[in-house]
Amino acid sequence: MQIYLPIAELPISIFLVLGLSGAVGFISGLFGVGGGFLLTPLLIFLDIPPAVAVATVAAQVAGSSMTGVLTYWRRNALDFKLGGILVGGGIVGTIMGVLFFNSMRRLGQLELVITLSYVTLFTCIGGLMLFDAVRAAMRDRAGKPVRLRREAGSHPAWMGLPLRMRFPRSQLYASVIPIAGLAVIIGFIGAVLGVGGGFMLVPALIYFFRIPPAVVVGTSLFQILVTMTGATVLHAVTNQSVDIILAMLLLVGGVIGAQFGGRAARNLNVSSFRLLLALLILSVGLRFAVELFLPPSEPYSVIVPEGVQR
Amino acid sequence: MRRGIRLLLAALLSAVPLAPAGAETLIAALSTHRIAIASNYTGDQLTVFGLVERDGRSVARGDPYAIVVTVRGPQRMLIVREKERVGPIWINRSQRRFPDRSVYLSVSTSRPINEILSEVAARRDRIGLANAQRSQAGFDFDFDLGRYREALIRILEGKQLYSLDERGVTFLSPALFSAPIKVPATAPTGPYEVEILLYSGGVVLARQTTNFEVVKTGIEQSLASAAHDRPFVYGLATAALALLFGWLATVIFRRD
Repeated sequence: MQIYLPIAELPISIFLVLGLSGAVGFISGLFGVGGGFLLTPLLIFLDIPPAVAVATVAAQVAGSSMTGVLTYWRRNALDFKLGGILVGGGIVGTIMGVLFFNSMRRLGQLELVITLSYVTLFTCIGGLMLFDAVRAAMRDRAGKPVRLRREAGSHPAWMGLPLRMRFPRSQLYASVIPIAGLAVIIGFIGAVLGVGGGFMLVPALIYFFRIPPAVVVGTSLFQILVTMTGATVLHAVTNQSVDIILAMLLLVGGVIGAQFGGRAARNLNVSSFRLLLALLILSVGLRFAVELFLPPSEPYSVIVPEGVQR
Repeated sequence: MRRGIRLLLAALLSAVPLAPAGAETLIAALSTHRIAIASNYTGDQLTVFGLVERDGRSVARGDPYAIVVTVRGPQRMLIVREKERVGPIWINRSQRRFPDRSVYLSVSTSRPINEILSEVAARRDRIGLANAQRSQAGFDFDFDLGRYREALIRILEGKQLYSLDERGVTFLSPALFSAPIKVPATAPTGPYEVEILLYSGGVVLARQTTNFEVVKTGIEQSLASAAHDRPFVYGLATAALALLFGWLATVIFRRD
């Protein structure tokens, strides 16, 4: 069954979109990532114009993270204090990222910057996480206890910087400076790549600050909810590229998928959680690397520049 | 559709031909002048009907009639980019701009083009996918331009936006012909120009043009204009709807 998308200006199979968004929603609910980094390339692959794909996915991510936030909030697995600091830093980073984005577009090198950053970011983060997860799993098998929680008196140096704050829900007592700095960097990268940044925030909070994964996921979803709601309105105002019909279809699939993902997350142990997330991120990076390193079958591409259309 | 065709044929046969210089006149009509996009739109097809009228005095021609129907869609600026190898990676390095190119182009003929007219004549009369948009004036000093133009046609043919059908025009009688025109769902909205040429012995005997338009209707139209005319309200509404969906899902799926 096909439906015509008024902004993307093409018909699309309803069941295909529901299936895709359901699968991505499941992953989103499971790992607390927005899922934009998976959904946007998939939609572009289905011939939806890139500007429409990025803008519409923002709306979908906002909706499905709303579901996740409510679910985690009810389970008391959401740290609003930490989330507020992440949102603040994220806004500063996003503004810087948009400025950088526009200057690279003026220089005509935006596409290369985006592809290269996808490859480096995803393969590096994914590879590091995979290495760590495998090492943890091996230690686990050898019978040694996995050192997940901080041991007394073994704080990393960056937690001891001034402006220390207590985050009881995250079982964290650390300086605000590295947390806000992390949020600024992720906001910057997210704005340049057009993704929410959950896939970077979740591992960073787990690895650098040793916050329990359950709280990390809820808090990360909260940060994504705020930034992506703003991004939806911004995209609609600046590019008029949000397709409301496509957004609704993606939402129906996404929120249902996210429900099941959120439930599955509770039955997943920590080491398999890390291993799966690592493999997921790594495979997206490799997918972009293939595009960059293999000779293309069609070296030419035709584009209709944005803004020329009515 | 059947009723439409019968009406059209009636209209066609009663139409008054424009006085031409030659012995033949071409009368043409479209099965519709407006393709409406609704939510179940998956592309459409329309039909060009035509009649070749000969005045009584002229003698029969040795060479049979041939018809070429060219449909040119709305024009946009198109950019063709080429990937090149730089070190170990492939990146877009060079590009050519094609201002005012039709995003849709369809050429239908009653016989293979090279049987109808010579290559030089095809270039002059702008017949065929490569020639239909060639600018009349001037030289190209850019020797690479040809590669990009070929790539443009190849890629748009792959997307079914460009098409060439050398058996697309059917003669129903020695003077009456029809040609189906396929408009894929991805074809842009806007005006489409239909040019019909009558050939015999490699020269144009008569020419006729008509047009149709592709427009959004109903909810498709109201959503598209809302997105353009009231972007802030549209954006807020989409965001609010997204959050509402998210909240609804937790209510529906609440078990614990």
